[in-house]
Amino acid sequence: MNNETQQLDDAVNKLNIVPGTRHFFWVLFKSTFLISAFTVGGGMVIIPLLKKKYVDEYGWINDKDTLDITAIAQSLPGVMAVNASIMLGYKMAGFMGTLVTILATVLPPLITITIIAFFYDLFAHNYYVQMILKGMQCGATAVIIDVGLNLVYKLFKKKLLLPILIAAGTFIASLCFNVNPMYCVLVDAIIGLMLLRDPKYN
Amino acid sequence: MNILLLLYWEFCKIGLFCVGGGYASLPWIQAAVVDNYHWITMTEFIDIFTISQMTPGPIGINAATFVGTKIAGTPGAIVATLGFVTPSLILCLLITYLMKKYGELSAIKGTLNGLRPAVVALICTAGLSFIWLSVWNTESVPTNFADFDIKGIIILLIAMIAVKKKVSVITLLFGSGVAGLVLGLLM
Repeated sequence: MNNETQQLDDAVNKLNIVPGTRHFFWVLFKSTFLISAFTVGGGMVIIPLLKKKYVDEYGWINDKDTLDITAIAQSLPGVMAVNASIMLGYKMAGFMGTLVTILATVLPPLITITIIAFFYDLFAHNYYVQMILKGMQCGATAVIIDVGLNLVYKLFKKKLLLPILIAAGTFIASLCFNVNPMYCVLVDAIIGLMLLRDPKYN
Repeated sequence: MNILLLLYWEFCKIGLFCVGGGYASLPWIQAAVVDNYHWITMTEFIDIFTISQMTPGPIGINAATFVGTKIAGTPGAIVATLGFVTPSLILCLLITYLMKKYGELSAIKGTLNGLRPAVVALICTAGLSFIWLSVWNTESVPTNFADFDIKGIIILLIAMIAVKKKVSVITLLFGSGVAGLVLGLLM
């Protein structure tokens, strides 16, 4: 935990954008807006990208909070990316943070789709549009791989058997057996509730 | 009833009942706007599904915007999206409040300790299916690994080097889009 706080401090010092200031809200809006505008895919795609920005680049929030929020966002009804952005915004800067992140998440699709709705045929069958989207998809893939591997590395570094087993089990269940993430999350929550209450797992 | 109010209310209900991510919201939207109110046809709905998948942004929001536009123009799009996120906003803020109040309980901490590794695994699964999509243009495990997309591999490799060089996420996404266009023109 201390280590994480230290990392957080380092990152804040490095980029020097303090949460709560006017400049912070502008940077938060801009980066969330652009990520939402350029990311093709649902919650599990956009969240690693936001994590890369908020945690690794700016240090506004830590790994643990991001993972907690992702899990809760997955379990609540509604659009997962929106749920996550609401809670991430609140964690970083209270209600103002929520307003900024929710607006920045929802506006880009609202604008793009409104435009596309009028030019559907032009858009859906245009080779160059397809290639731009394809390129952005590859870019997002690189970030997700990086975020995923980084989190796996940290998980193994803690050298606790049960969390590693949970991750491995969930990975196999969702990849090989196509188990709905909702059920994975539910089962893992119960396992956590019963077996991971020892403070060493916090 | 005013169409905008009705639209808002219908999407509020969808936002409240759809659990489990973007795709899960589509059957709910279909039930309301195609089957119940006949605002749009099934063909249009399939178009919406395709568009929502291939454009940036969460699928659910894309679909709500598209349906709203079809039914009542831009005001419809805004109202449908607002309706969709209203339940999320209330529930998420409520949960945040409860977490603040009860987050220190060992039961809550234990539950979250179980959820964190799960999320790591789910992000890895998403990463893997995105590799299939980028390199082999398929959503599940490729049946023929030799049938890869060379453009996808090139962009993915460059992007991975860029990530290691700590290029900002947004520059990376933008650059990858440009790279896709350039490769599309060249090859």
